[in-house]
Parts: sequence; structure tokens; C-alpha cells
Amino acid sequence: MEKIKVVHYINQFFANIGGEEKADIEPEVREGIVGPGLALQSGLGDDYEVVATVICGDTYFGGHIEDAKKTILDMIRPYKPDLFVAGPAFNAGRYGVACGTIAKAVEDELNIPVVTGMYPENPGVDMFKKDLHIIQTAISAADMRKAMPKICKLAKKMINKEEILSPVEEGYIERGIRVNYFNERRGSERAVDLILKKIAGEPYETEYPMPVFDRVAPNPAIKDLSKIKLAVVTSGGIVPQGNPDRIESSSATKYGIYDITGMDSLTKDKFMTVHGGYDRAFVLENPNLVVPLDILREIEKEGIIGELANYFVTTTGTGTSVGNAKGFGEEFSKKLVEDGVGAVILTST
Amino acid sequence: MRLELGKIKINDVQFGEMTRVEKGILYVNKEEIVKLVLEDDRIISARVELARPGESVRIAPVKDVIEPRVKVSGSGQIFPGTINKVKEVGSGRTHALVGATVITCGRIVGFQEGLIDMSGPSAKYTPFSETNNVCVVIEPVEGLETHDYEAAGRMAGLKVATYIGEAGKNIEPDEVVVYETKPVQEQIRQYPDLPKIGYIHMLQSQGLLHDTYYYGVDAKVMVPTFMYPTEIMDGAIISGNCVAPCDKVTTFHHLNNPVIEDLYKRHGKDLNFIGVILTNENVFLADKERSSDMVAKLCEFLGLDGVLITEEGYGNPDTDLMMNCKKVSQKGVKVVLITDEFPGRDGKSQSLADAVEEGDALVSCGNGNVIIDFPPMEKVIGTLDFIETMIGGYEGSLKPDGSIEAELQIVIASTIANGYNKLAARGY
Repeated sequence: MEKIKVVHYINQFFANIGGEEKADIEPEVREGIVGPGLALQSGLGDDYEVVATVICGDTYFGGHIEDAKKTILDMIRPYKPDLFVAGPAFNAGRYGVACGTIAKAVEDELNIPVVTGMYPENPGVDMFKKDLHIIQTAISAADMRKAMPKICKLAKKMINKEEILSPVEEGYIERGIRVNYFNERRGSERAVDLILKKIAGEPYETEYPMPVFDRVAPNPAIKDLSKIKLAVVTSGGIVPQGNPDRIESSSATKYGIYDITGMDSLTKDKFMTVHGGYDRAFVLENPNLVVPLDILREIEKEGIIGELANYFVTTTGTGTSVGNAKGFGEEFSKKLVEDGVGAVILTST
Repeated sequence: MRLELGKIKINDVQFGEMTRVEKGILYVNKEEIVKLVLEDDRIISARVELARPGESVRIAPVKDVIEPRVKVSGSGQIFPGTINKVKEVGSGRTHALVGATVITCGRIVGFQEGLIDMSGPSAKYTPFSETNNVCVVIEPVEGLETHDYEAAGRMAGLKVATYIGEAGKNIEPDEVVVYETKPVQEQIRQYPDLPKIGYIHMLQSQGLLHDTYYYGVDAKVMVPTFMYPTEIMDGAIISGNCVAPCDKVTTFHHLNNPVIEDLYKRHGKDLNFIGVILTNENVFLADKERSSDMVAKLCEFLGLDGVLITEEGYGNPDTDLMMNCKKVSQKGVKVVLITDEFPGRDGKSQSLADAVEEGDALVSCGNGNVIIDFPPMEKVIGTLDFIETMIGGYEGSLKPDGSIEAELQIVIASTIANGYNKLAARGY
């Protein structure tokens, strides 16, 4: 049987090249195992083969992230690995960032399982825990003996497509991904316990710590609207009749950009809403309630605004994740800027 | 206020010449149900179908689910202010056909109606795969305005449930549970050493197909008020909404509110259940401010030590949830929140649309964005025509063989934010 091919990434220190004074070495690849690769190979067992080890200096990586990433990916590709392991990096900050960066790149580009390991306070953890499984290690390399078997165990589960259990069970750092399970008791019963503990002043644990949101400071007010090109962006689900791009009525995964050239208002024969979170009856009758093209055309004629962009951007806000919404915004705002749009009216519903 | 709830256990449902209960079997007369539904001239046709646990049956789009109940003694009748005259309920004796429901379904009103699978891997997400369901499939007259259609569907379900509930009136229940909450001063004196707990029940009231009714009053036009917990068991609150299916607090869930049930279980043992504060979830900021102010004031006035808060819906009502949490906490009353999560299909985004630092004790009712595979079922009650536009569905959700791939939120009451289910989410 052909063995499962593994590529391992380590830094100059673990490759025994040198410490800080050698941290600027450029990426290199060596056949087979180097340094901690021995522990990796023995942990994975005979069905696996560490075919290559990529080594890079931490300072070099940190100073040339994009170049290093590209070079290293090019080094890894010819080996056609089935699995990629980086580190573990313990509490070495730059090493942790390098392990995270390259592991994520391999996962994205080569679409194979990747595992790394770090101490929880390693800056690489916060940067990559959502994207990667990072085995929790102790602060220093003295923990290699314990850390590597955990990395191997998790990696094998990924290769065998077994269910990855909770962070506590597998030993990885909580990624902040919300996964369903069936509790032994229903929610209301757990809530009664929780309130009694809270009142009694006993320790209690929430099942979901409050999330943190980006707060975007508004730009300064526009001094002269009459020179501004204005666009409308809406989360109210206004789309052309028939919803050509099939934007979802909730949990949107896409947005649309629709032309309004030469139109004085959004008419109900041409536009509709697919929003699943409000009563659509009135908006189906008059889509201008959400994208106020009728009024905007009037003030455009009056010269109150310089010009109206010849399209609007739209999606559905119902249950759409912050992650998706942020992605949409980052993408279409580039177009808005390119098209010379100086101000946007955001209508929500 | 003291209510004896007689539970008549129903193990099967069958069609019969007379609607009656015999040896745990509910027999229903199809023709009489159809006749009752067609009294409303907004409905042009109605069909009755039965769905039992374990059958290869899919029901969609589901509008409401109702447990048949009947008042045996005490003031008022079931569903006061909607089906019966406005009259205080919650005392005396009530019989419930436990294990039976009435489910209304039919062509979609909005996007918000959901589905129920009676068997297969998706059945475990809804409590109604374990009940014997009398499904009323309604067809509105051509061109019926959506608000009228919603109202017609709502009333049809309540009427049929009331009609079937009558069958339990003279049946000896399998179990009688007594619930009692006294007027506040007396209640505090009864268990002076136990923590005084209240329940803040947030009713969906975003308006226009997102409404809930309390003794017939639309919750969006009421201000927060106090309710004895037993009133809800007689149908003082009914659902008139079509929020996201997973979140829908059906009329069944109002009748069987899990927070009220579980607080009563510990009442007099390790807590003193003082009562329920009803509030709403209106869309205007002024309404949100006013209602949350009044909720906090009522908590203070009642001298509560702690409250549980539940919401209905997600997104916009998260703001009401957080305002209530903050203002009640500021009165020195301890708070636990019960809600569900919507962190996106990858589970990586924020689960809630709003947050306050006082929300440090929360019970999760699960992640509604997870994608689930629903295998084909032999029989569909209703229609699958709307799957891809229903909340939780998307382009390509419905496969040619009748199987479905959709977010969990398409399943009725799957992540209901009042703690009825055991489903929860945790960090991975």
C-alpha cells in the first residue's frame, strides 16, 4: 500500500541550523525528516511517510511573508502531500505566525488537512485559530514529547475523515466555531440551574460568551452634496423580478448589482424583494420604499446631489453572518470607489 | 391562581366517525374538521391528513402547531380573546391531549413557514416528529391578501384544535399536575427564604406577519405586563407569526412553555416562582426603550432576585433581549438569557446581532445555520414547491428525488429560543 505522504515545516532553530543569528535564512527543502520530524514520523506510524521538510528562518519569513509563502508552496507542491504539519511552535511568536500562515496557505491552495501546535499566548493563535486546528502545547520545546502525539492523533483523524471532537477531547485550542450537539438536559432546565448559581454567588459558566463587534466610525459629513456621486446599498433584498442571481431570503451568500440607468423609480413589474425577515407586502407594491430611486431622481434633477450611480447594490440582511456581510462590503466597496462614488446611502429593513 | 392540568396521553391518531378519545387513541372526523375550516370564506378548500411518529412523511410549509385542550372547570374558555370570549383563564381544571397536535400547512404566506420530518435523521430536530399530528392543509381563495391569508390560517388551526380538544373533556386523565402561583405578597410569604424568580417572556411583535396575541390583543400595541404563569396554559397567548421556522414559538410551545414548566418543578424547593412579565419585540427604537424600561421597573417592583429571559426570532429582537438584560441587571436583578445562535454556515461569525456586558450567563439553543441533509420521504403533506425560498433554503436546496439540503433553520422549532429542546451549540 502506498504510504500517506506528509510534509513538515520547521524553523532554523528546530532544524539545528542556529538560533537568532541564523533567523534570516531563506526557505529550503530537504528530503525526509529533520529534527522534530522524527517524533512526527514515529507518532504517525508506518502508514505515513514524512517525505520532505521545509525549513525557513523566522525573521526571513516575517520580513517576506508573501514571497516566503509562494516559495514554500512551490517547494511543497511537487511532493503531492496528503497531510501538512507545521511546528509545533510553542511560545515562539514569529515561528507561530509562520506556522499559521503557511498552514493556512497549504490548506487553501492544496486542500489537504493541516495541523500545527502552539502555546495559547503565541500571537499566531489569535491570528489563525478560526482557520486551523492548533494543538495546545506548553510554553517551551520541553513539551515536544507530549505535543507531537496529540498532533499526530488529530492529523490521523483528519486523514481518516473521522469526526473531530471538541477542543477538550482533542487537545486543540478552541477555534470559536459554534457546533451543535445534544445536551442531556433541555435549555430551560439548564437556565434554572444557572440563575440559581448566579444568585447564590457560586461560579457559573455561560454557554456563549458575548461576541465582540467591529465598530466603524462614520466618515466626516459631506460638505457639498451637489458635487457628489451617490449610490444606494441595501440589505432589504430588492432584486429584479424573478431574482436572477437567486439571492437567498435569509443567510445570504451573495449580493447583486443591478442597473437603474434611465429609470425614474423602481416599478413593481421590474423589481421585487426576497427578504425573509419582514412583511414584503408593501414593498412588493412599491420597491422604492427600500431603494428610494423615485426621491433620489428628484433630488438629482434639483441638483441637490451631483449624480446618482447607475446601479444599486443589494443583498438580504436576514440572518446573514457578519463574515459574509464583511466579505460583500470589502468586495463591492472597491467597485464603488473605482466608479467614483463619493457617498452611499445604506438602507436596512 | 391554581390550575389542575389533566394530561390525557395520546399514542395514536386515526380517522373515525366521531371525534373522540378511546384508550389513548384519538379518532377524528375528517368531514367535520373540513366543514369547520370552510366556515371561513377566505379558505376555498381544506384537506385533513394524519402524520404519526416514525412514518416516512414530510410536512411543509408548516404555519402553526397547536395542542388540543379544553377547559373542564374554572373561569373562561380555551383561547380567550381569539376563539372564545375574553375572560380570565388559568384557574380551575384543563384537559390536554398530550401527544396529539393540530398542524396547519399549505401554500406559503411569507418565507417563514418551515418543515417537519416524521422520521429519518432530521426528525430529531423537531418535537413534532414525536407527536400524533392532525394536519390541516388549507387552500386560500385566489388572490387573497397575505395578511388575510395568515389570519385565516391562524384561526383555522385554533378552531380545529378547540374542536378536537372538546373530545378530552370527559376523559379521565392519565396524570393531573397542579400548578399554583399566589398573589405576589402571599407568594413571597409562602417561601420567604427562597430566591424570588421571574420569567421575562418576550413575544414576537415586529408586526405584519410577525405577531403574537395575548387575550386577543396584538402584542405590539401592549405595554409590558404581569401574567400568572397558568394563564398561558389555557391559551391566553397564541402565535400569529411567521418568524424564521426554527425560532417559531408555536401555539403548542406557548401552551407548553418550558421555562414555566421547569420553574414550577423547582417552585417551593429551591426557588420561589413569582410570575411572568410579558413584553414585546417591536421594531421602533422608542418602543424598545419604553418596553425594556417597563420590564426593568416591573422586576424592581416585584422585588425579584433573578429572571430568565427568552426571545422569539433573531437579529432585530436580539436588541430587545440585550436592552432587557442590561436594564434589569442595573436594577440589581440577576439575569440568565436563553437564545439560539446564527454564526453563519461556517460557524465563525458572531452568533448574536447585539451584545451587552451584562449578558454573562446565556444558555444556547443551538446554531440554526448548520446545513442538514433531509432524505426523501414517501409522502409529502402540503408542498415542497417553496423549499428554496423558505428561510434556510437556497438555490439547489431541493433535489429531483425529493431530498433536501438546507440550513437547520428551515425545521420548525429546531432552535427555538426558549429552551424547549436539548440542542445546544458549543465552541469548537
